[in-house]
Amino acid sequence: MRRYILTRILLGVITLIGVSIIVFVAARLSGDVARLMAPANASQEVLEAFRAKYGLDQPIPIQYFIFVRDALRGDFGTSIAFNRPVMEIVMGRIPATMELGFASFILGNLLGILLGIVSAIKRGTWLDWGSTTFSLFGQAIPGFWLAIMLMLIFSVTLHWLPTSGIGGIKHLILPVIATSWFTTAFVLRVTRSSMLDVLDSEYVKLARLKGNSEYKVIFKHALRNALIPVVTMAGMQLAMLIGGLAFTETVFSWPGIGILMVTSINALDYPMIQAITLIVSASVVLINLFVDLLFVVIDPRIKYE
Amino acid sequence: MKSGGVKTEISRGSLNRYRIEVARIGQWLTRLPFIPIICLLPLFVFGIFGPLLYLHDPHAPNLLIAMQSPAWMAGGNWAYPLGTDQVGRDLLTRLIEGARSSLIVAIFGVLFSGLLGIFLGILAGFAGGKTDNFIMRIVDTFMAIPQIFLMLIIAAALRRAGILGLTPIIIAIAISMWVPYARMVRGETLSLKQREFVALARVTGCSSRRIMLKHIFPGVINIIVVMATTQLGGAIMAEAGMSFLGVGVQPPNTAWGLMISESNKYITSGAWWIPTFAGILITITILGSNLLGDWLRDALDPRTRQAMKKIKRN
Amino acid sequence: MNNPDKPLLSVENLKTYFYTNAGIVKAVDGVSFYVRPGEALGLAGESGCGKSITCHSILRLLPKPAGRIVSGKILFEGVDLVTQPESRMRQWRGKEISMILQDPLMALNPVYTIGNQVAESFQLDKVARKSLQQKVIDVLKSVKIPSVEERLNTYPFQFSGGMRQRTCAAIAISRYPKLLIADEPTTSLDVTIQDQFIKLLKEIQQRHHMALILVTHDLGLVAESCDRVAIMYAGRIVETGSVLRVFENPAHPYTRALMQAIPRLGQKNKRLFQIEGEPPNPANLPPGCYFHPRCHQAMEHCKQEYPPEIPIQGDGYAACWRYHKEEA
Repeated sequence: MRRYILTRILLGVITLIGVSIIVFVAARLSGDVARLMAPANASQEVLEAFRAKYGLDQPIPIQYFIFVRDALRGDFGTSIAFNRPVMEIVMGRIPATMELGFASFILGNLLGILLGIVSAIKRGTWLDWGSTTFSLFGQAIPGFWLAIMLMLIFSVTLHWLPTSGIGGIKHLILPVIATSWFTTAFVLRVTRSSMLDVLDSEYVKLARLKGNSEYKVIFKHALRNALIPVVTMAGMQLAMLIGGLAFTETVFSWPGIGILMVTSINALDYPMIQAITLIVSASVVLINLFVDLLFVVIDPRIKYE
Repeated sequence: MKSGGVKTEISRGSLNRYRIEVARIGQWLTRLPFIPIICLLPLFVFGIFGPLLYLHDPHAPNLLIAMQSPAWMAGGNWAYPLGTDQVGRDLLTRLIEGARSSLIVAIFGVLFSGLLGIFLGILAGFAGGKTDNFIMRIVDTFMAIPQIFLMLIIAAALRRAGILGLTPIIIAIAISMWVPYARMVRGETLSLKQREFVALARVTGCSSRRIMLKHIFPGVINIIVVMATTQLGGAIMAEAGMSFLGVGVQPPNTAWGLMISESNKYITSGAWWIPTFAGILITITILGSNLLGDWLRDALDPRTRQAMKKIKRN
Repeated sequence: MNNPDKPLLSVENLKTYFYTNAGIVKAVDGVSFYVRPGEALGLAGESGCGKSITCHSILRLLPKPAGRIVSGKILFEGVDLVTQPESRMRQWRGKEISMILQDPLMALNPVYTIGNQVAESFQLDKVARKSLQQKVIDVLKSVKIPSVEERLNTYPFQFSGGMRQRTCAAIAISRYPKLLIADEPTTSLDVTIQDQFIKLLKEIQQRHHMALILVTHDLGLVAESCDRVAIMYAGRIVETGSVLRVFENPAHPYTRALMQAIPRLGQKNKRLFQIEGEPPNPANLPPGCYFHPRCHQAMEHCKQEYPPEIPIQGDGYAACWRYHKEEA
């Protein structure tokens, strides 16, 4: 078992290294950053100074090495757009994103699992039809459009909720709905499908054969097996959620990492781009690791593989 | 049974045959997935026939009629059925124009991401061992980055580097959306590899490349078609998102996502029709592609047909 | 027809249909048989003839919403199970009637230990916590699982196929049901283990004086372990009677063909006998007797009307028109 954990950790590290390479390369795809950032008629000296300041005059492999070395110490350099240390800015924005992200993740999963179970049990009823339709639309509606529609209806027309900014619960409602919509639909679909498979299985039949109450059949025998695919996808869910956050934060002017990422990309502020991507990917890797460990508890077959 | 004689028998026979043919075609028609097809019509019809369908000039501003409501509301006018935008251009015409960029991006995006993913998937599944491991690490890496981020970065960088038009978007999609293909194809390849016909091919001396092309590839075509159909919707969603955030389709071209972002500034004025109809079109297009993908999966999957047989036998 | 000696279970004209997109599948189309207390009935037939569905119907465990008992009676100790509410059925399942499923790997829940799953049956009987573990150990010992105490915390995937099936048998008998149904219990086991398991089953049956319905496609098994047999074809029973009578004097042409098909040591012809044709599609059954397309002795009448159940020598019946004439 120890080997299992160590292997997983090693894989996580490799993944992060891969991410750092990808992001390092992608951010520099635009060619000479200095020429793009500086004003059009900047002289050679200005360009040289710019390059020196951001370490762009070094050969690429050295730049990468410096980047990794500093990143491990938590130093992601200076933001080109803000002219302040990247980490400082990012750290300042993380709480807001965590608030929105957490709330959306929890709401999305709880609601999705609940509706998924209920629609599987009550297959073919109105509830099932409703949930399935919701799931279909939930995955088809673009997050940013939903955000705008919600804003249009509840803020602009009805004036019930504010259009932007961070604050109390009132500010949280619309962004959370817009962000968790996709997660709910996704989790619902996976849970329902998994639950239907499990309910058809032989061991559930045996559980019924023994004379168990329907409650026990579902919550003791079926549920644990049905949730396995859902838990497996936690990392993937997180990645999708953060992607969705980029849009929601932009629409609602929520001061988090998502909107920071969008503006940084448009400004080609690559120290910022690198930092945010690495931090987000690290979170995804960590969640996956956590899930892998959780699996040792949930599914006994893992221990012995 | 006993009727006029031979002649009558023959004519009745051919009439019956005709009836059967018509009935069969009718049956086939009713089995077509109508809803998905209808949902995908706007994208394809507008995208392909766009300029022929314009009601007005999509580019010419006419500030006199700017921000006009849709025809069925007060202040509306049936010459401009869905209203006009902030500079007086007919919304419906703009929507029709916007379909084209989305269609091109979606088709090429799916094509390239598919090719890349399928290639890597078959390679990983077939070669196994270190190659498989290496490719799977790459897959893990790409899965750790939110798709949107990667697409935005690539599209923005390429655009800044001077690559114009729809190409940055297509490349961004190709690089960010190949993973699902690779994983699925790899899985299917692994299972196909175990099957006897592959062993048979080896025994008769086929090279690996030949086996991959002639035996494995046809086996994965079904699932590829299903995935490509669903990914079409994903590409539309991606392009809309990118256009919304400014790195996708650029003015003066238009796309549905771009129309939504442009209307953001005017949202407080209550001109709801601009973002609403664009968003509805995006949604039903994605919905159509998802539904069509599901239908294809059920129709093409021999296992589903087998499952139906199983119910009959037991 | 369905008889005396106070049968424990009496199935009368059971019809179970499946309502699918492709049409109505008549999986069980008028099945009648009985089982007496302590008796072993073999329910034999080819794959797909409906024997498994019959058993699932008795326990009312058909896949919803497609499967439904359309008509007929299932009398268990005089009570018609078809009309009972689900809550009452739950009381009977496991306690009065129990079943061993075909595939033991699928039948056991992969995420719970063997001990946990066996204990569940006792918990349903509200056995006190303290005696729970001992009871589990006892019942597992009774099915001859070695080193029981150490194995309580193991998981199903760690057991061999034979041990898994024994565990399922243990689960099935732990509440001393009056009727045990074994649905092709040896099909997924190694040939070498099959014999052992059937012997175990017989032992249990005799020890607890349980009635046993053994579902199988293996006539050899039936001959070894059952008192009576019912042969099923295309959703109906074509012949029933004591094993002795049916094997020595098969009445129905299908049964005769089956007996002929059993390879015997020292038989002279090298080719194994095969029944021509194929079983009919349950969604598209032939008119009249279902077997007539493959029957060498089919008469005109066979194509028109399904034969009634005609008693044979006072020992069971055969659904065949040939015997109708003789009786008349």
